[in-house]
Amino acid sequence: MTEKKKVLLIIPSLMVARGIEQILGEVGEFKVIGILSDLSRGSANRLRNIEADVVVIDPIVFDYESRANGRSVLADFSDAPAVAIETSLMDEETLRPYDAVIGLYDSPTAVVRKLRSAVESQQDSPRAEGEELSAREKEILVSVAKGMLNKEIADQYNISIYTVITHRKNITRKTGIKTVAGLTVYALLNNLIDINSIE
Amino acid sequence: MTAKKNLSGEVSRSVFSPKMKMADLVDLNYHLLTVLDRLNIDLTLGDASVSEVCERNDVDVATFFLVCGIYTFHDYVPSGETLDSVNVMHIIRYLHLSHEFYLHSALVDIADDIELMLAPCDEKHQRIIWRFFSQYKEELSKHFEYEENVVFPYVKALYEHTDTPSATPEEVGDDHTNIEEKVEDLKNIVLKYLPRECNSKAIIKVLNGIYRLARDLERHTLIEDSILMPLVNKLEKR
Repeated sequence: MTEKKKVLLIIPSLMVARGIEQILGEVGEFKVIGILSDLSRGSANRLRNIEADVVVIDPIVFDYESRANGRSVLADFSDAPAVAIETSLMDEETLRPYDAVIGLYDSPTAVVRKLRSAVESQQDSPRAEGEELSAREKEILVSVAKGMLNKEIADQYNISIYTVITHRKNITRKTGIKTVAGLTVYALLNNLIDINSIE
Repeated sequence: MTAKKNLSGEVSRSVFSPKMKMADLVDLNYHLLTVLDRLNIDLTLGDASVSEVCERNDVDVATFFLVCGIYTFHDYVPSGETLDSVNVMHIIRYLHLSHEFYLHSALVDIADDIELMLAPCDEKHQRIIWRFFSQYKEELSKHFEYEENVVFPYVKALYEHTDTPSATPEEVGDDHTNIEEKVEDLKNIVLKYLPRECNSKAIIKVLNGIYRLARDLERHTLIEDSILMPLVNKLEKR
């Protein structure tokens, strides 16, 4: 079992907020870790201190003038992907910047699917920084290039197999290379291993 | 030319007809040139219509339009009616000609350009890139061989009502993914990680070749999945 993803709600309607909390509690995978009713100064400070995996926000918390910029205002407080919940009619421009949009009549599975896709979209998008492989990632890359299996790599570095998989995902994301043969070429071209050690 | 494209520059589906001029069809989507090439169609087109050109070159018109549809509309899904109008053996002939094209033309051209690209590099770097490229080539030809030796004979036997060969095709889905990932890796390696000495003009040629090949293989897979497979399913139920 992987840990449940943490959801923060910024929703003024307590009925809606409690409803989402209830739905997510039934389905698993996600859990609500906090409910804010607005983005006042006190709430914003709490928001900064909460590590959420995804934020669900009712754009109505922004007044009409600033609503179209709501997504970027939120980005100042939290890096987490943001899902809008449409509790009243909103224009498309307001909703477009969000990673997903939930409707009041969505089924519980649809809500979970949308949250999941929002979390995944965040993982897939290339980061502006941190594209260099870390020292540990280079070590793992060398082991992969030498043909070691995940289990063997986990044993060698005394880490869990899940950590190995996470490292491999990050290596692929940073280099853009998916196959073992391709990663071997990367390691060779960057002088991380010698061609004689693999032929 | 009477090329009809809509506002977003896409080709409107309604213009495809056997009576239109082949030259106009090519002008609508020049990617079809590679299709004409592998079908060995004589390129002195003049004002001949699509059906005339197909007849003259011994190409089945219905199959030709299906392939044109796949190459032109990225969300193309043939209707049941369209599928009924094609002969599965013609589809197989097209897939076979495509295999020949990939192995004896596209990959050969890419290899020639890689040679130019790597010429200024030291021997070690050349060896690394060639090793990956030959692995890819081998994997691709193995995949084609399987289709030629197992899948196609199976379909042929179904079609001709003879006994089907004892070896029935298995799912080849994973194979496709791996082949697509490899060509993607090759592209990224050439795009990002080559040694500085490489010949830039040749890098552009190699990349153009890889992008074209990847796109074409994607269409090839689509023909297998959305045309060949439904036709085979129908034959199996017969």
